Amino acid sequence: MYHDNDRSKMFSRRALLLAGGKGALVSALVARMYYLQVIEAERYTMLSDENRVSMRLLAPPRGLILDRNGTAMAVNQHNYRVLVVSEQTPSLDYTLDALSQIISLGDHDRARVIKEARRRRSFVPITVRENLSWEEVARIEVNAPDLPGVLIDVGQSRYYPLEHLGAHILGYVAAVSENDQTNTDPLEELPGFRIGKAGVEKIYDMALRGRGGTSQEEVNAVGRVMRELDRREGEPGVDLTLTLDMRLQEYAAQRLGDESAAAVVMDIHTGEVIVMASTPSFDPNAFNRGLTHDEWKDLSTNPLAPLQNKAISGTFAPGSTFKMVVAIAALEAGVISPEQTVLCRGHTELGSIKFHCWKKGGHGSVDLVNALKGSCDVYFYEIARRVGFDKVAEVANRFGLGVPTGIDLPNERSGLIPNRAWKRKALGQPWHPGETLINGIGQGYCLTTPLQLAVMTARIANGGQQVIPHVARDLIVDKQAIPRDAPTWKSCGVSQRSLSLVRKGMNAVSNEPGGTAFRARIEQEGMWLSGKTGTAQVRRITMRERETGVKKNEDLPWKERDHALFVAYAPEDAPRYSIAVVVEHGGGGSAVAAPIARDIMLEVQKRERARVAEQPEQKRQHSCSAPGCKDHG
Amino acid sequence: MLRPTPRLSSRLNRTEMSWREKIWQINWSLVALLTAIASVGFLTLYSAAKGSLEPWAIKQMVRFAMGIAVMITVAVIDLRFWMRHAYGLYVLSVVLLVAVEVKGTIGMGAQRWIDLGFIQLQPSEIMKIAMILTLARYFHGATIQDVGRPTYLIPPLLLVLLPVALVMKQPDLGTAMMVLMSSGAIFFMAGVRLWKFGILLAGGLGSIPVAWQFLHDYQKKRVIIFLNPDQDPLGAGYHITQSKIALGSGGIFGKGYMNGTQAGLNFLPEKQTDFIFTMFGEEWGLMGGLFLLGLYVLLTAFGYAIAMRCRSQFGRLVALGITTTFFLYFFINTAMVMGLVPVVGVPLPLISYGGTAMLSLLFGWGLVMSAYIHRDLPIGRRGGHDD
Repeated sequence: MYHDNDRSKMFSRRALLLAGGKGALVSALVARMYYLQVIEAERYTMLSDENRVSMRLLAPPRGLILDRNGTAMAVNQHNYRVLVVSEQTPSLDYTLDALSQIISLGDHDRARVIKEARRRRSFVPITVRENLSWEEVARIEVNAPDLPGVLIDVGQSRYYPLEHLGAHILGYVAAVSENDQTNTDPLEELPGFRIGKAGVEKIYDMALRGRGGTSQEEVNAVGRVMRELDRREGEPGVDLTLTLDMRLQEYAAQRLGDESAAAVVMDIHTGEVIVMASTPSFDPNAFNRGLTHDEWKDLSTNPLAPLQNKAISGTFAPGSTFKMVVAIAALEAGVISPEQTVLCRGHTELGSIKFHCWKKGGHGSVDLVNALKGSCDVYFYEIARRVGFDKVAEVANRFGLGVPTGIDLPNERSGLIPNRAWKRKALGQPWHPGETLINGIGQGYCLTTPLQLAVMTARIANGGQQVIPHVARDLIVDKQAIPRDAPTWKSCGVSQRSLSLVRKGMNAVSNEPGGTAFRARIEQEGMWLSGKTGTAQVRRITMRERETGVKKNEDLPWKERDHALFVAYAPEDAPRYSIAVVVEHGGGGSAVAAPIARDIMLEVQKRERARVAEQPEQKRQHSCSAPGCKDHG
Repeated sequence: MLRPTPRLSSRLNRTEMSWREKIWQINWSLVALLTAIASVGFLTLYSAAKGSLEPWAIKQMVRFAMGIAVMITVAVIDLRFWMRHAYGLYVLSVVLLVAVEVKGTIGMGAQRWIDLGFIQLQPSEIMKIAMILTLARYFHGATIQDVGRPTYLIPPLLLVLLPVALVMKQPDLGTAMMVLMSSGAIFFMAGVRLWKFGILLAGGLGSIPVAWQFLHDYQKKRVIIFLNPDQDPLGAGYHITQSKIALGSGGIFGKGYMNGTQAGLNFLPEKQTDFIFTMFGEEWGLMGGLFLLGLYVLLTAFGYAIAMRCRSQFGRLVALGITTTFFLYFFINTAMVMGLVPVVGVPLPLISYGGTAMLSLLFGWGLVMSAYIHRDLPIGRRGGHDD
């Protein structure tokens, strides 16, 4: 028998040693388990949840935009899409063949779907076509049993039913570009999410967007959704009601026609902008759809600048519409009295330079009211010289010229009312005395927007209150619409005497024979308007041309023709509305702008009367809420 | 419980035992322990299939039943039989390893098995057992003086290195390491001096740069990723990262049976095979993991006790060699899924879904059982009775 006691002993010793080694290894396992499952458990639990829980954003419907009467200006349209889930189809090719017999399907779409299907996981729905017509949707639904894996999905897309009308105020929505990202709203990350890029769509974008909802989904390793764990509905965007009246807007746009022009009508007490037309216009739906290169080129290079809202971004020399401000400055400074006259012989001289009046023979001896009525340049040369342009500019600023009005629209230009300090700073030159005269009739460096002119007129008509225009009926604060309080405006700080004198002059312009806008007056009782014409020269008339006779506008190329301007308020006896019309290179203010302004103003008042007639209860309340309202019932 | 009744003990010291006596001698506690571990596997496979016996749990049960039958058959066969045929089995294994190598060269990529129709035979699995039997036989007749001679150690060393090289070439790093380590354990138990291991270890470490050249790209990648798993969390490091997340998120008490999200939502790869411990750990937590580890340690302890109890050196070495192989299986697998060692593709013994590993493991335990049944049987140098 083979037996070795020593070997047995050694075996036992070594077995113990080996077991000890194994024990150490097992201890390492236990320690590792403890580390993973106790010490680091929290971190790994979080990672596990991150793995399995996926948050999906639910896009809220964008707020609607309505005009003051509730007419829809911007709505959300159902966008019917047909999707295909390749794992549910017998074969993708077969399904696409079947689909193409029901709806039109281009080779391009087809190639894109097949390419995408190869890239994506087979349970991910792939968009085959968007913007299906109702008829196409119906055809697919009818054939649904034969089309496994084909889905109809309803998304939302922005639609502007009025198309060109009010496009500048509305703006448009488009896909988020890198520059737009605020990184504060997760909605921006959503594919296909649109944000406001211009107009009120832009300025009230955050409120219109609403708040995104979330859906917590459990997903497996390949991203397939297994079930919904939690769903939090978002908040739809705020519906935005504008102060605009789209019927009046339509009328104004028609009246402006094909000209490059702008018209603004506002409530002189509340600041509500009722009409803001800028022609030519564009169709904002094109931006949502996505512009082609050619479309974009056409829009952006058109000399009539259809994309620009000329009411707030177009700047024009105010011409004679500036004269009220000069008159107020002179009256306030006490350099003239209302009765004081200036003799106009068709020109005046300053040093060796001759300054012409528009009327070749001159106006003769004119006081302030008559100077406004006939728009006598010589009178205003004289009073501007007396008061000095710095003072004029200061008053002009108080009436809203040369400063942004503060309207709730993006891209408002401030225009320019020059003064000595500005000229020294901007041009490095001293102020020439002759510039006081030229700028005193609204030429020279002066630039204003049509909205500023409407605001100026409103402030003259409302007794010198610094009304601020707005287009959103309600205040939008923190994604909520709050009705505005009764407005309290700061004062322009000028005397009522000066204002009423200027208004008297404006009344004469429109309503007295010989006034520059007498032919464009309103004759209906209680709707009279008081206005002021302006014709802003855009070229220099040489001495030689004066001798041979100034060329007629019609003979000049479009770019060199005068701008036609007209500002007015109405009704004359109880002012409620102000208007400014500017027709770029349109010719004379009295011949071109005044009739347009008259027609629009008449329409505005008629419409208001019709509205009040419908609601007799509110008539008295409303008509007497305005300050300075006379009882003319 | 391991101590046989004194009445039988005296009768065991005999050359021949009847079948009935042998059956009577089967250590049923060991069978119960194996069944307990396998049952943890059935439970986990049932959960892996989201509460279904198909496709894994039921097959695994059938295989386990077959495996137990094989085990008992092996157990009652005379231990000397295994000793006599140890070298033959070794030669067969080497031939089969070469065969898959040749077949693998003809086919594509790594091939580790031969398809026998009803079962896929992995020569490397047979080699694990053949190696232990061969070394046990070699050292069975060796005196302490023999073992002290370096020249005496050269033949077994070559016997080990030949199949290891073949398995490495397959390439199957995990099996190669396991064969190497369990062989090392037998050398150690046979009485080889520790300093000799030191020399071999130093030599081994020195040859790592050379060995690195022979590794396949994916093996190199696994090692690199083991050293720095965060380097590529969605690529090749995905397995380890997800496995750690699953285990860690299980916490102390687990997410509950059938409630594992990492496994249920397929974040965990290979959840029914190599990463089944992770799945179990996610659902049962630290407590479950410790319980399972406890079962394995208990089984190892059984193996040790049997080895110590054996009268023949062959029986001792076989019992200890098999136990060590089994230990390596579960240690490497659990350490791997916990990110302690590189991913080498070693299944969790008796639990991971798979037929050949189950069969070879139970075959191995059959040998241990045989050593137990024939514990008092004296075996001569050449495998005969006391010659």
